[in-house]
Amino acid sequence: MTEVALLQPVMRDDLVIPEAVVSARDVSLVFDAGGQRVTALAGVDLSIAAGDFVSLIGPSGCGKTTLLRAIADLEHPTSGVLLVNGMTPAEARKRRAYGYVFQAPALYPWRNVARNVMLPLEIMGLPRAERQARAARYLGLVGLGDFARKFPWQLSGGMQQRVSIARALAFEPKLLLMDEPFGALDEITRDGLNLHLHELWRRTGMTAVFVTHSIPEAVFLSTRIMVMSARPGRVVEIIENDLPATRDLDLRETPAFLAVAHRVREALRAGHSYD
Amino acid sequence: MVWAALGLIAATLARFAIADAASRMMIGTALAVAAFAIVALFLAMVGFARGEGWFARLATPTLFGLLLLWLWEMLVIGFAVPFVLLPPPSAIARAFGTHLGLLAQDFAQTYLHAVIAGYALGCGTGFLVALAIDRSPFLKRGLLPMGNLISAMPIVGIAPIMVMWFGFEWPSKAAVVVVMTFFPMLVNTTAGLAEVGAIERDLMQSYAARYGATLVKLRLPAALPHIFTALKLNSTLALIGAVVAEFFGTPILGMGFRISTEAAKMNLDLVWATITVAALAGSLSFGALAVLERAVTFWHPSFRGSS
Amino acid sequence: MRGGRLSSTREGAILPLIAVILALIAVWYVGAVALNAPQAREQLAEGAGLRDLAAATWSMTRPVLPAPHQIAVELAQSLFTHPVTSPRSLVYHAWVTVSASLAGLGFAFVLGLLLAIGIVHVRLLDRSLMPWVIASQTVPVLAIAPMVVVVLGNLGITGLLPKAAIAGYLAFFPITVGMVKGLRAPDPLQRDLMRTYDARPLQVFSLLRFPASLGFLFPSLRIAVTLALVGAIVAELPTGAQAGLGARLLAGSYYGQTVQIWAALFMAAAMSMLGLAAVSLIETLAARRRGGRL
Ligand SMILES: Nc1ncnc2c1ncn2[C@@H]1O[C@H](COP(=O)(O)OP(=O)(O)OP(=O)(O)O)[C@@H](O)[C@H]1O
Ligand SMILES: [Mg+2]
Repeated sequence: MTEVALLQPVMRDDLVIPEAVVSARDVSLVFDAGGQRVTALAGVDLSIAAGDFVSLIGPSGCGKTTLLRAIADLEHPTSGVLLVNGMTPAEARKRRAYGYVFQAPALYPWRNVARNVMLPLEIMGLPRAERQARAARYLGLVGLGDFARKFPWQLSGGMQQRVSIARALAFEPKLLLMDEPFGALDEITRDGLNLHLHELWRRTGMTAVFVTHSIPEAVFLSTRIMVMSARPGRVVEIIENDLPATRDLDLRETPAFLAVAHRVREALRAGHSYD
Repeated sequence: MVWAALGLIAATLARFAIADAASRMMIGTALAVAAFAIVALFLAMVGFARGEGWFARLATPTLFGLLLLWLWEMLVIGFAVPFVLLPPPSAIARAFGTHLGLLAQDFAQTYLHAVIAGYALGCGTGFLVALAIDRSPFLKRGLLPMGNLISAMPIVGIAPIMVMWFGFEWPSKAAVVVVMTFFPMLVNTTAGLAEVGAIERDLMQSYAARYGATLVKLRLPAALPHIFTALKLNSTLALIGAVVAEFFGTPILGMGFRISTEAAKMNLDLVWATITVAALAGSLSFGALAVLERAVTFWHPSFRGSS
Repeated sequence: MRGGRLSSTREGAILPLIAVILALIAVWYVGAVALNAPQAREQLAEGAGLRDLAAATWSMTRPVLPAPHQIAVELAQSLFTHPVTSPRSLVYHAWVTVSASLAGLGFAFVLGLLLAIGIVHVRLLDRSLMPWVIASQTVPVLAIAPMVVVVLGNLGITGLLPKAAIAGYLAFFPITVGMVKGLRAPDPLQRDLMRTYDARPLQVFSLLRFPASLGFLFPSLRIAVTLALVGAIVAELPTGAQAGLGARLLAGSYYGQTVQIWAALFMAAAMSMLGLAAVSLIETLAARRRGGRL
């Protein structure tokens, strides 16, 4: 595979298709921070189908967070078309189309773990019994059933991040956006959570967009891996991951896995242009 | 910008129009011009509030302050509010001009004597006592809760006692100021001296630095932000202490004396003028200390980061 | 006050605190002898010993510095020998002052909260009003007390209301500043979270901003409590009010009743401590519902 081929931006005419959960067409985003303009995204094209698990990987500062936030209507593209479920991100947000897991847990310290998970359910006006049932269910799912009455600061960083995942899952969104959710965790905890997340995704059939810096993590979790290049941020390569749908941690030692990981690494290298 | 200029001009016109609004017609004109002034100033403020940069940040509150003053003036004149309730700002300004000598004397009596002497003595002793008890954890543990508690007490109440002890002249007011400023300084300096991180202290120990050297080279500079916190807080407290102490008895001079006696005589314009002097003295002292702090503790993260 | 409380020094502070208080009382007795001696010598016979001198200085009716036990006796007498409704009871005077402070505090709390909400949500208010609120903390606001009392008196408003107005006016600034800080305390991520749920402004306020502000509310409430009390006391001075701790201070200073002044002063201090303790109690209760932290 040549470098030229790698740097070729992905251009397909059928990118903006109505069934796509997320579709971006030539999306650019320029920050204007006190007169200084920073181009965070430049001509991003992508399409994410229902049921996909897409990883975004790329050098630090390349715009992964910005892209995810734009999908969530937390930032606004300067130009281009960005659609979520065929709607504008703002409309999608108002319909509560997605759950978002931030880079930090962002728990509310005055609420205990269960009430943190119930927060979105309260806002969305679910009945009390239903809120409690769901909090119990999703806390159990992330392995924190026994910690419902604890407060965030009584939990380790990894446990807090699991609470924030349970909180995002609790209102059962069809689309889950995650920004380096496991970035601050140790390898073993991370492995466990990766496995958890993978099973969750398989069982629910939801669509996931997942930002990470870890190649093994991206390969292990994803159906497709989108590699982004440094400033200005754009998607330089989309790698289809044809590993079997059901995965366990041992898969990471297999040649097939390592081959995909290798391709991702090569694409990342090419994206790290030193100009 | 244009709106601000138009608004200010219209406001000025309206002020003159309402002043000699002899006929009904003039009142109508005045009201129309005033309404325009309000709208224009409001639009100007909205515009400035959106902007960034120091000019916009300064212009919004300044315009707002002017608008309030002007509304005060217009309402008092327009509704002919009795002078004994609320004099218009213009009358206060006039009183300021005519009684300038008296105000200066009051200022000298209260601020230049009582406040400055008391402030220097209170802050100085507070600082020295903090240094003195620095080597005694026992005393620190006993005095600090005490200092915190006393700082939260209505200390101005000791004014009558100080008047008895030190007489009616300014030293009794200075004494009140000393007591009011002493404890915040003591508590904050001690907190500041405890500020230095363990690593830095270990470093000084590894140099085999003596107690004095560590204190001067490391711990006092590190304590400066806390000391300035106390200095700034005390500058306000000192003025309050001196003014209120004068309510309890004083010779025929002083800002507190002026305020209480002239208020009783219904000379509210002079009262307001004195209050203006006090407000200016308070904010200018505070501002000067803040500038000094910035110059002395420029290295501190709270300035490097947020300024 | 930056670092006003040193948590590390609070543990095991009882013994040193008692020692300091005892030392203070000892110094006080010695000081009473020294300060009252000139006056006491006039009454004593020639050749009276130090013992007699001490006894005399510690039991004068109008001492320069009353001995602690004299103040204690005066306090006990004015607390327990008269019914609390009698103007001779210090409880009565304390209540007159405290009720004004409380009224002012309540007023300041409501107004401060409303204004803080406005400042946090409306940029124009933030830019135009906030600088004045901050600047006014450097101004001796208490100086307006006599004028407010006189002017309101002219309008026929006397009694509790002028005092409450001054107490409230003083307490209003720290509460506003503290609440603005507190309502702004949620970090961007915590606010973004609300946005992803498309929460309504009222929900953002009740579920995020207000709970986050409590940690800032209580420290400013402590300052406000003291200020409200000071405001009420000072407001009692200019008109020569008949009741209240400020009135007692003023009357005491007119008639040279030092013991009465000191008793009123200690009562004021006790009221301040009571107020602070009440704030701490509410704070503890609020914190308990949050697992012990605010
Ligand atoms: N609010 C903002 N204002 C101005 N510039 C911003 C802002 N947010 C991000 N940027 C800039 O946009 C670029 C992309 O930032 P972004 O946070 O999306 O990177 P990232 O890929 O998530 O990096 P990391 O892997 O380190 O999290 C960076 O150069 C950053 O400096
Ligand atoms: Mg990021």
